[in-house]
Order: sequence, then C-alpha cells, then structure tokens
Amino acid sequence: METCIALIPLIPLLGFLILAVAGGKFDRKTAGYIGAGSVGISLVLALIAGALFLRSLPGVSSYSVSLWEWISAGELRADMSFSLDSLSLVFCIVITFVGFLIHVYSIEFMSGDEGFSRFFAYMNLFVGSMLILVLADNILLLYFGWEGVGLCSYLLIGFWYKEPENGYAARKAFIVTRIGDTAMIIGIFILFVNFRTFHLDELMLQVNDKWSVGSPLAVITAALLLFGALGKSAQLPLQTWLPDAMAGPSPVSALIHAATMVTAGVYLIARCHVLFNLAPVVMTAIAIIGALTLLIAGFSALGQHDLKRILAYSTISQIGYMFLALGVGAWSAAIFHFMIHAFFKALLFLAGGVVILVLKEEHDIFRMGGMKKEMPLIFFTFLAGSASLSALPLVTAGFYSKDPILWYSFSSVTGNFWLWIAAFTGAFLTTLYTFRLVFVVFFGETKLKPSFQPGKLMTVPLAILAFFSIVAGFIELPESFGRFHLFSSLAENTLPAVTVRETGYPETLFQLLSALIVFAGIYLAYLAYYKKPSMSESFEHGRIHRFFESGFGFDRLYDVLLVNPLVWLSAINRNDIFDWLNIGLARLTVLGNRLFSLTQNGKLRWYVMSFTIGIVLILTYMILR
Amino acid sequence: MLTVPIETMLIFAGLLFLIGLVGLLTRRNLIFMLMSIEIMFNSAGLVFIIAGRHWKQADGQVMFIFILAVAAVEVAIGLALLLQVYHHYKTLDADSVGKLKDNNQ
Amino acid sequence: MILAYLILILLAGSLLALLTGRKGNLWPRVISVAAVSLDLVLLIIFSSSVSGTDGKWLMDLQLEWIPRFGISLHLALDGLSLVMVLLTLFLGIISVVISWKEINSRVGFFHFNLLLILAGIIGVFLSLDLFLFYFFWEMMLVPMYFMIGIWGHENRTAASYKFFLYTQASGLLMFIAILALVFVHESTSGTLTFDYVQLLGLEMPAAKELLIMSGFLAAFLVKLPVVPLHNWLPDAHSQAPTAGSVILAALLLKTGAYGLIRFVVPLFPSASAAFAPVGMGLGVIGILYGAKLAFAQTDLKRLVAYTSVSHMGFVILGVFAFNVIAYQGVVMQMIAHAISTGALFILAGQLYERIHTRDMDQMGGLWEKTPVMGAIGMIFSLASLGLPGLANFVAELLTLLGTFKASVLMASLACLGLVAATIYSLRIVQKVFFGKMNHEWEIADLNLREKIVSAVLVVLVVALGLFPRPVLNLAGPAIIKTLDSHPAQLTGLPDSGKSAGNGKTASFNQLSGMFKKH
Repeated sequence: METCIALIPLIPLLGFLILAVAGGKFDRKTAGYIGAGSVGISLVLALIAGALFLRSLPGVSSYSVSLWEWISAGELRADMSFSLDSLSLVFCIVITFVGFLIHVYSIEFMSGDEGFSRFFAYMNLFVGSMLILVLADNILLLYFGWEGVGLCSYLLIGFWYKEPENGYAARKAFIVTRIGDTAMIIGIFILFVNFRTFHLDELMLQVNDKWSVGSPLAVITAALLLFGALGKSAQLPLQTWLPDAMAGPSPVSALIHAATMVTAGVYLIARCHVLFNLAPVVMTAIAIIGALTLLIAGFSALGQHDLKRILAYSTISQIGYMFLALGVGAWSAAIFHFMIHAFFKALLFLAGGVVILVLKEEHDIFRMGGMKKEMPLIFFTFLAGSASLSALPLVTAGFYSKDPILWYSFSSVTGNFWLWIAAFTGAFLTTLYTFRLVFVVFFGETKLKPSFQPGKLMTVPLAILAFFSIVAGFIELPESFGRFHLFSSLAENTLPAVTVRETGYPETLFQLLSALIVFAGIYLAYLAYYKKPSMSESFEHGRIHRFFESGFGFDRLYDVLLVNPLVWLSAINRNDIFDWLNIGLARLTVLGNRLFSLTQNGKLRWYVMSFTIGIVLILTYMILR
Repeated sequence: MLTVPIETMLIFAGLLFLIGLVGLLTRRNLIFMLMSIEIMFNSAGLVFIIAGRHWKQADGQVMFIFILAVAAVEVAIGLALLLQVYHHYKTLDADSVGKLKDNNQ
Repeated sequence: MILAYLILILLAGSLLALLTGRKGNLWPRVISVAAVSLDLVLLIIFSSSVSGTDGKWLMDLQLEWIPRFGISLHLALDGLSLVMVLLTLFLGIISVVISWKEINSRVGFFHFNLLLILAGIIGVFLSLDLFLFYFFWEMMLVPMYFMIGIWGHENRTAASYKFFLYTQASGLLMFIAILALVFVHESTSGTLTFDYVQLLGLEMPAAKELLIMSGFLAAFLVKLPVVPLHNWLPDAHSQAPTAGSVILAALLLKTGAYGLIRFVVPLFPSASAAFAPVGMGLGVIGILYGAKLAFAQTDLKRLVAYTSVSHMGFVILGVFAFNVIAYQGVVMQMIAHAISTGALFILAGQLYERIHTRDMDQMGGLWEKTPVMGAIGMIFSLASLGLPGLANFVAELLTLLGTFKASVLMASLACLGLVAATIYSLRIVQKVFFGKMNHEWEIADLNLREKIVSAVLVVLVVALGLFPRPVLNLAGPAIIKTLDSHPAQLTGLPDSGKSAGNGKTASFNQLSGMFKKH
C-alpha cells in the first residue's frame, strides 16, 4: 500500500524525466507510449490503492508514507511524504483516469506536431505535480505541487511558442495565479509561525484546538488561503487568465484547464475545511464569490464566439458552483461535482478539440455548422457532455451532482434564498450557452467540411468519458430519491457532512424547478439558434454582447489599474534614477575641475594678488580672533 | 643717539613693504616687478634689524645678511631669466608671457 | 596548514599561468583547472576527515605575521565558510571552463587575474584576523578591475572605474572601522590585536558601536549590494566577460553577505539589532526595486544583474531577521543564487558568442534552433522565480519564513517580490526563446563542453531543491553559534511557540504585536 502511494506520483515524474532528457531520441510512438503508459501505470496503482483503502475502511481512514526529509532548519521540518485519505483518493483516481484518457487521445491529436515528446513530457510533469498536490501530507509539499501544476499550465499554454499571443496568455496565467499563490504562502507562514508544523492533519488538529470560531487569525489565514484558491481556480477576481489559457492545445485545456488543475482550489479549501469552518465570514465570502462567478462567467460564455472560450467560461462557472457548495458547507457535494465535472468537461473539450482539429484550427462557432451529419459519433459524445453540463434531469450525471448544490445553497444552515436564485439563474444560463453551442455547431447547414475523420485513439476515450458523464451520477442519489450515498459516505470519512436547516419546502419542489429551467433553456436555445436565428441576430451583434464577450471588462480594468501603471513606471525608470547619483558626482567633479582651473590663468599679478588677499585674510583672522 | 620709537620704525617698514607690494601688483614690466620684490625683501630685512635692535640681539643682523645673500642670488637668477624671456618674447610684459598656464583653458 | 595551502596553491597557479601564458593559450587554462581542482580535492578530503559539527572551528590555523601590531595569519574554517569555499572552488572551475573559448587575448594574464580573485575570495571566507581579512578583501578588487577593464564589453572602462571606486571607497571605510574597533579594544583591554576571536564580545557605548558598525556595513552593503548603493553592479555585471560576471554575481556578492553574518552580527550585536528594521527595509526595497528594474531592461546581462539586486535583497532581509530559519535561508540563497544567476550569465555569454548581441529585442524564437539552450534557460529562469523543487525555493521559503517570524510586515512586502520575480523571469524566456525569430540566425545548439557545464549546474540546482539537507546541516552549527549570544535572540522577538499553550487569543496578540513592532 505504502509503495503504491509513493509510486502514484513518482511514475509520471519518471516519465517526464525520461522524455525530457532523451525525448528527442525516441520516435513518436515510443514517446507517446511512455507518456500515456506512465499515467496508465499510475491509474492502475491508484485503483489498487483505492481498492485496498476501501477494504480497510472504516478501520483506517488514511495511509501515509514518508520518502525523505526535505527541509529541516531550526524548528522547521518538512518531509517528502504522501498520505492518502478518501478526499485525495477521489482526486487521485479522477486525475489519473481522466489524465490517462487524455494522454491516449493526445497520441493521435498531437501526432502532427513537431514538439511531440516535449508535449508528453510536460503532460507527465503535470500529472505528477497534480498528484503530489493532492497526496501531499504537509502543506509545503502541497505548495510544491501547487506551483508545479502552475508551471505546467504555463508551459502548455505557451506550448506553441512561436505565436507571441500564446506566450502572453501563458505568462498571464502564471502571473495571475502566482499573485494568489503569494497570498497563500503568507497564509502558510501564519500557520507555521503559530503551530510550528507544516503537517496538514496536525495543523488542522491544532487549528481546531487553539483557534476559536471567528478568531481574527483564523479569518486572516483562511482568507489568504482562499485567495490562493481563487487564483488557481480562476474565480472572481482572479478569473481573467483562464479564457486566455485556451491558447494551449485542446487536450491541455481538457486536462489542466477544465478537469484537474483549476479544481485545485476546491481541493485546498476542502482539505483545510477545519480552518475554513472556523472562519464563517470567509465561508460566506466563498459562497458569494462562487455565486457571482458562476453568474458572470455564465453571461460571458453567452457572449463568446470561440468554441474553446465558451467552454472556458463554462469551466469558470462550474467551479463557481463548487465554490458555492464549499461556501455553504456542502463539502462532499462540491467534490462530487468536481468529479462529474471532470468527466463531462474533459469530454466537451476533447470533442470540441476534434471539431477544431478537423476544421483546420477553426475556432469560431458561427463558421461551423452541420457537424452532426459529418461526424455523428463526435456529435453524440458532445451531446452527452452537454446534457450532463446542463444537468438534464434524471438521465445525466450532471444532474445528480449539480442538484444537491442548488438544494444546499438554499437549505444548508448557511445557505439562503439569494444564493439559490444565483445558482438557479446560473443553471438557466448554463443550459442556454451549452445548447447555443450545440445547435450552432452541430445543426444547421454544413459550412466547413471536416478534413478527416478522427481515429480510434481519439474516439474511444471520448466514448468512455461520455459513458461516465451519463452514468457516474448514479452512485450518489438525492435525498428525495432514496438513501443511496456511495460517494458522500466515502467522502465523509474525511469531510464533515452538510448541516441542513428546516426550510419548510420539500427538496422535490426545487428539483422540479431546476428541471423546468433546464428545459426552458434548451427550448430558448432551440428557438434562437436553430428555429429562428433572427431572434439572436440583434443580440450577437449588440453592445451587451460585446460586454459579455470581454468577460465583463475585467481585463480592461486590470490593464488600466495595474498593468499600465507598472509598465509606465518601469519604462520611465529604465535607466535607474539612482544612477543619477553617480552621474551627478561625476558632473560635479568635472565642474570643480573647470572652476578651479579658471584660477590658473598664467597671469603673475593675479597670483600675487591672491597671495596677498590670502595673507591679509589670515592676518585679519589671527588679529581679530 | 637718536632714538626712534619702534612703532615708527615698524610702520616705516610696513610702508616700504606696501610700496613693494603695490608695485608688484600694478607694474607689468618684469624689471619693475623684480625691483618691487627687492623692496619687499628689504622691508622684511629692516624688520629683522629693528627687532634685533629692540631685543638687543645680533640675530636680527645675521638674518639680514642671510636675506641680502638670498636677495643677491635671487636677483642674479631673476635677471638671467629676464634676459632669456626678453630674448625669447621680445617683451618684458608679464601678462604676455603666459605660456605656463594650462593649454586647455 | 591545509587552509594556507588552499590559498597558496591558487597563488602559485596564478603565477604559473602568467608565466606560461607566453608559451601558448592552453597552458594557463590547464594550470587553472588543475590548481582549482587540486584545491577542491584537498578541501573535500580534509573536510571529510575532520568531524565536529558542534559549532567549533573545523580547522584553525594561526601563524605570526606582524606581532607588534597584533596582526597574525589566522585562518579558520567552520561549516559556513566550508560551504562558501566549496562554492567558490566549484564555480572557479566552471569559470575557467566557460572562458575556454571566449578569452583569446592575453590568456595568461586573464587566468592570473582569475586565480588571484579566487584566492582573494577564499581568503575572505577563511580569515579570522581583521587585517588579513581586509588584505584579502582588497586583493579581490584589483584583478577584478583588470578583468572587467581588459576583457569586458564595449563600455568596459566606465564600468571598471565604477566598480573599483565604489568598492574601494567602501572598503576604506571598513578599514577605518577596523582600526577604530581595534583601538577601542586596546583601550579597554590593553592588548592591540586584530584577531576576530579576541575582538568578539567587546562592550562599547551604543553610539560608538553603531558608528563603527556603519563602516563595516558600508563595505558589505555596497558589495551585496543594497539599493541606493547598487549602481556599480549592473554596469560591472553587464560589461564583464562571462567568467567575470559569473564570479561577480556568484561569489563576490556573497562576500558581502558572508561579512554580514561573520563580522557585523557577532561583533556588533546590539547595534545590529538596532539596525535591523532599517536593514530589513533596505532588503525589501532592494527586492522590489531590483525586480522592477530587471523588468525594464532589454540587455540580457543587465536584466540578470538587476535580478541579483533583487535576490540579494532576500539575503539582507534574512540577515537582519536574526533567527536560525532565516539564516539557513540566507546560506541557501547564497548558494542557489550563485548557481542560478551564474547559469543565466553563462547562458547570456553563450548567446553572445553566437549572435553577438545582448539585446533581447534582437532575440526571440531561439527555442527552435537551440532547444537544449532553451530548456536550460527555462530551468534557470524558473529557479530565479523560486519554483519549488529548485534550490532557490528552499532559500526564499526559509528566508521569508524566518523574516515572517521577525516582522510580518516586511515578510509580506517581500513576498510581493515573488510575483515580481515571476514577471521578469518569464520575460527572459519569452523574449529570448519564444515568439518569432527576428533574424534568420543559423546558430548551433550547445556543444559538449557547454552541455556538461549546464548539466552540472542543472543537476545541482535540482538536487539542492529536493535534498537541501547537506548544506543546511553543514551550515547549521555555525549559524546557531552566531545567533546564540545575539541580543535579538535573548530578549526574544515574538515567539509564538513558547506561549502557544496560553490560549487561543495569545497568538493573535502576538501577530498584532508584530505588526506594531515595525
């Protein structure tokens, strides 16, 4: 078991090492096998570890393994050690499973690219870092993985490095998330200074022990950690990097910017739930931020023409749902939505990636159309993903994961009506933008012919993901459907259960409402984008649309407020004002030289005169003294 | 013996020195400047003698003999230089013989 | 005796290199590598044979020199200086190897200077006699001046003057302070001595202590450098030949940091404690200002030079935090910065050899032609921004954490430096390796010699990032000894561990107390 846990992150890292050092020497096939294989092995190991873990429940709720002492200085000590509990197990399996499918898909997707082995090296590094993040048993190691995935995100967004815009998007992603990370590391410092340990379990124990609910220190620390999570999970106000991050290859968007890395913030908050529970203000903030983000991102998604940007905003919006769930204390609902989201969003990105690939890098959905006839398999998988994303009632996994969030946003002790309204409106928006996408891309007349049909390596992962997007929800049924809670009973080994207040309304009513809103959304999309395109005409070219397209103008705002002043400041002080000290000193010397050499005029009588004056002055001084 | 108060003598020596100094400052001819310097020398020598007489010591006279010697040497070298300058520049104007000053000014 | 041999071998090597320089260019190079390697081997053999990590000197050598004035040849080695000397010798070999092809004129004299600088640096790290220390301190300067002035780039003369004037003037201030310290000691104890060990623990009035300390600070802070006194550095670094830049950034700057830890803090405990808020403030200013200027540069070497200013800010920040964690961070930072910045200068040198420019606006898209160079550049840019897993992260983490214990405000401000570092480091990669090619350069990737050099540095920076313990363990006892008797340690900065059990509110009071403190 222990070896298993240690090897889960190390094998992808080994794959990275091999590909990075000797990547150029392999042919494409070998490089692909190494890349996908290492993640595959990791998946198998994670499954084995999961099986062993489940068997040992409820006796042992976590395993840990220490590899070596990483840093020790003074009273500080941090080890390279991993631990597996039900929370990290869920993340591990999702990461390796989705990761493996995406790696397999990439073998075909990237086959024409010159940086093939570089791509797989980065991807392996990503999977390894992400696994370190979720398996870390101390918060410093978590930070290690946290930065590692940020790096991979940077490397992969800028994978096609020849386009300067890609480099810009990559740097933006890294820098924006780094701002959050910096807040987070300060939070880590506070934890260490107070408790003298980095070990997560121990920290949480001590936090619970020594800090009272609402104590300022707990609030500050939780807020700082939250800020880190906001950066990584692209939530308000640090969400601006994610839409631009779509500059990377589609599998990257699927793996990093949809399924796994962006949910690291959710993981962090869930992992430190003890601390966050002590800071009710921060919890409320999380819920509000989640609600706002899901609305803003939902509206922004409506305004996009680029297929991947729609999905990107959708990701932001869905993570907003997870934050909302975390904020109202529905921990396991958030994690459940993470899992289901990973399946259907990876699916959507991969299927969308196929569409973009066969249409020769066409991103604008309004130049696509009729893809249903051209590529039926892609259509059906995409449809499965879309249905799951819009939480089509009963038949999709998305319903089972999103519905509890809607319900708890109202019925949890910290939930309220307004949060529910936001989530409810968000659900409508989700359906609307999702089916706008579906109708525009797959229905209507064919505008561009696909240049080829995808092969097995791409379609099989799609089919598998589509299957999971539909059925994975059945492991966790809403309360109103009967007592079947495979997932939450697993998650609640680590996470506390949600506390529900007495609302006076039945859950079924809310389910009915959300079902209705989904159908309303689909119908509206059908009308506006298929039946009567004239309806959407004015919207698609209007001012509101442009506002939505710019993501509510956050980029402009930050440019004006932060970026431009900094760049200006750097530009005017390129030559370092302190250098004037030296230049001034040098000038002063030259000036002195000029001044004094004026007295050396070669006129004898001048010299005598200056003697005389000098002597007179000295004598005067001596006499008058 | 005629006794002149020491103040009078010192004032006389000071006047003599001033005459030399003013001559040195106002004259441009090197010969006159040299003569002015001689006057100043002698005024200084005079002060030595006055002081020697006042303190009833011979040191003052000894110093004056030194000064005479120095002045003689100085005049000899000065005149030799003057001749050379005149030879070279065909003038004894001190201001036009400014070759020693910095060239870059 | 081994300590004296370390320096003598280098001196002998430098003379030999000068003499054989006329016979051919190969001789000085081989002699230099041999001399430095011999030193390294000797040091490794002897340092592994002495045990004793209890904080005492591992090796101690005292010979008479000018007994009348209490001046002796006192060399000693403890964990801290051992780490620094190892670093010096290692980078010494690297510097010789990287100048193998770059330096082709007056090769003998070049290596003469190079070995002389190394000897001076090692002397600085080993001397325990203040006069001897000053002697070595000055010994580093002149050869460095020649190195910049003779083999430098287009604007070398001005740069070398600037370097020399700054360091010389500040060095003289230190010399005055040394004399003052010695005479104060003589007037209280009656013995005239320059010996560090005897001068330790000297009691003097606060004002006098501060004044004398400021003389030492002048020399060390200029060398480090801190922000208003940093102007010599960008010029010197960008104009020096590659080996010169490497030695300047990786070693010469560290003598300043070493001086702070070895001399300023133990000799002037209360004055340094009083100076701490100012020192930390200077550190924060250095971090942020250096980063800001680094971002604005287009000259690659100048950019890296300003990153040094920024990184050295962490050093001064940590030094004035006065706790073990911060000091371990400072030691790590010295090593990590030496490796990563050295590597970036080497990279800049390699690029210059190929495309004859340091202007980043002319570069771009080089990854396509030189993927290995690109990967190396990427790794060291990442090191420079403090990515976990690389040595710089350990350094910055420890420094910041230690500082955080001493001053929450300063540490939080310094954390902004992490964001700034990200901005400028990524700019290097973007400008040089990514984007489109501006010129159709046909340039070769690294050759074997360059690959080996880079690979060694990469392995080192990763190894120290994952297994920093050897360094931490070596330097640990020396650090603890330095801090043991320090007043900042005794009077106690807010130390939450002691009172953690006092209840839930106690820790917050401490935090707010820390905010008020500065």
